[in-house]
Amino acid sequence: MLKRVLTLAGLALVIGAGAAEARDQIRIVGSSTVFPFSTAVAERFGKTTDFKTPVVEATGSGGGLKLFCAGVGVQHPDITNSSRRIKASEVKMCAGNGVAEIVEVKIGYDGIVIANSKKSPQYELTLKDLFLALAKDVPDGEGKLIPNPYKTWKDVNPDLPAAKIEVLGPPPTSGTRDAFVELALEGGCKRFDWIKALSKSDKNQYKAICHTIREDGAYVEAGENDNLIVQKLEANPDALGVFGFSFLDQNSDKVQGSKIEGVEPEFDLIAEGEYPVSRPLYFYVKKAHVGVIPGMAEFLAEFTSDKAWGEEGYLTDKGLIPMPDDERKEWTARAMGLAPLAM
Amino acid sequence: MTDSTPTIPSRSDTTQTVRNGLRRRYAAERRFKIYGVAAIGVALLMLAIMFGTIIGNGWSAFRQTYVQMDVLVDAAEIDPDGNRDPKVLSRGDYEGLIKAALREMFPDVKKRKEKRELYDLVSSGAAFDLRDEVMADPSLVGQTVSVTVHASDDVDMYMKGYISAEVAEDERRVSDKQIARIESLREQGRISTGFNLRFFTGGDSREPELAGIAGAALGSLWTMLAVLVMAFPMGVMAAIYLEEFAPKNRWTDIIEVNINNLAAVPSIVFGLLGLAVFLNFFGMPRSAPLVGGLVLALMTLPTIIIAGRAALTAVPPSIREGALGLGASRMQMVAGNVLPLAMPGMLTGAIIGMARALGETAPLLMIGMVAFIVDLPKGPLDAATVLPVQIFLWADSPERAFVERTSAATIVLLVFLILMNLGAVLLRKKFERRW
Repeated sequence: MLKRVLTLAGLALVIGAGAAEARDQIRIVGSSTVFPFSTAVAERFGKTTDFKTPVVEATGSGGGLKLFCAGVGVQHPDITNSSRRIKASEVKMCAGNGVAEIVEVKIGYDGIVIANSKKSPQYELTLKDLFLALAKDVPDGEGKLIPNPYKTWKDVNPDLPAAKIEVLGPPPTSGTRDAFVELALEGGCKRFDWIKALSKSDKNQYKAICHTIREDGAYVEAGENDNLIVQKLEANPDALGVFGFSFLDQNSDKVQGSKIEGVEPEFDLIAEGEYPVSRPLYFYVKKAHVGVIPGMAEFLAEFTSDKAWGEEGYLTDKGLIPMPDDERKEWTARAMGLAPLAM
Repeated sequence: MTDSTPTIPSRSDTTQTVRNGLRRRYAAERRFKIYGVAAIGVALLMLAIMFGTIIGNGWSAFRQTYVQMDVLVDAAEIDPDGNRDPKVLSRGDYEGLIKAALREMFPDVKKRKEKRELYDLVSSGAAFDLRDEVMADPSLVGQTVSVTVHASDDVDMYMKGYISAEVAEDERRVSDKQIARIESLREQGRISTGFNLRFFTGGDSREPELAGIAGAALGSLWTMLAVLVMAFPMGVMAAIYLEEFAPKNRWTDIIEVNINNLAAVPSIVFGLLGLAVFLNFFGMPRSAPLVGGLVLALMTLPTIIIAGRAALTAVPPSIREGALGLGASRMQMVAGNVLPLAMPGMLTGAIIGMARALGETAPLLMIGMVAFIVDLPKGPLDAATVLPVQIFLWADSPERAFVERTSAATIVLLVFLILMNLGAVLLRKKFERRW
């Protein structure tokens, strides 16, 4: 018995070591924001073609690009999803590891909502309100910075309710957090002329002011799980929460999105670019793997087809905000022609 | 005691002191017991709350709403050449057939938006179910078939009462018209609720009504198999050597301390090790249960060694001396006498260690087993995920219907854990010997 078990163990090890030779399954890594869309396409692709269903991992945008750029070959992923554009430094890292040709595909937009429980009145916020309420240091009105003194929304803006500032949002590892900081906080931060001037003279100082969230308990890091934030908002009607539009869409009986700059977080308004806190989503394809890993071209065709990412495609059911018609056409052409990334 | 002049207390004094203190001592004992009972009570209450919420949220996922439809399998649509070629059949537009059947049922629907709402009543998996049925029996082409398909997750949620018709229309996922259609289908007896078989036979899916745990359960099975094959023999051999053969010196002391420490190392560290050694150095495939098994085997190994050594120490020395006295070699003594007696204890340790490994997600994150995988893994090298990871992924999905599925998957995981622990208890009861 023992002997047989030992032989089996040895055998398994040998097989394992020799297994990395071939792969007939597309491997996708990257952003957890793009994950619901990527998986929906992967599933359809697996069902409607003879290829295996691609394996999709949610590693975060940065983590995904790191894996993606590690090299060419079956042990490295073929596609990475990203909730932000690839950085020049990442392109360089890719090239350094032999990943010279990357195809960029923009898939659509995602709105970030600031929501609260339906039991409380809807908020009407400006980007400036958000910055003043959530930044670590705020201007004191005389061109100086003071630690954020605001306790209630009324302190920030007399038109807002006198509720305590309590915002549940994603932790720093999240792409949603990055986008929220960049679009909402920095957007509000720029309204102060002297800070805006800093962006030219002292970029680091500018970033430190605009990108640092307060740490005195007003902003609560609620983890990556957006469902959890929705549940917490339901239990605590005074709190606001920051999460992706698809979660608002699914829970519109429990929570309501705040108006930002007077714009409701609605599907059409985000699609038209009216809603200020929205960001584009991308995926990146390793050109060297197209034709090597079976099904790559077909997967691209499925993702960029109108029945997937079109205005009435199945991805919009999952909460993706589609691009306008001509932009979609342009990106489809780029994806199918495997046009290399231009920074 | 209070007197400054020490006196020898008389007998009656002592009795008096004891008597005075007696009430206090009894009270202290009662309080102590109450604390103990309270602690157990709180633990039981927590357990009851946990099971209560999980089962309360999850039981409804074991049932699923189905819609019965009459679909005309139009030969012109799916088999234009008429030769029943499976390749042509598999590429047919079954979604179109389902949509046509829905329009047939509700001829009043004309507008584009209304059509979309109508199509949303049944799952997008309906077309694939129909395809499978036609593929299995090509003679259905050209006939009108009565098929029972999955209702969409929103309809399912409505039928289960999670979506109320009383809230304003724009605040729920099901529109007034859709509710009217569902009710009319219900009157026709076309809507039924039945056992959710797919939950136990299907792989993961982005559509809640199609998602199942079979893929994750199989992944867990392969992973646990790998753990068993790897960790158990190694753990047993290490325990036997350390307990029966190794000399007692500084080196074995260091090894012993390290094994004990290793048992307390956070599991994510083993994941990092797996990433560095198995994936990057040996180039093993990502997301493979074999690699997951290797990582978890490293994690369980100290537990198995410690339990194994404890089981060996429990075997009385008289057994060893008897065997040696009858002329057995040390190896014969261990293999023939000591090991069989220690085996139940070792197996118990192994099962407890594996039960812990079954609930692990952190180390698997590093080696790519936290992934969306639809295809069922057919072997230890196919990409797979495990039960706790499936729970984590579902808990993170926006669709409302995944909430009940998350709890249902937790129930399944708990059942597995309870079964394993029960196995350990039974094993111990059956083979345990007292000397």
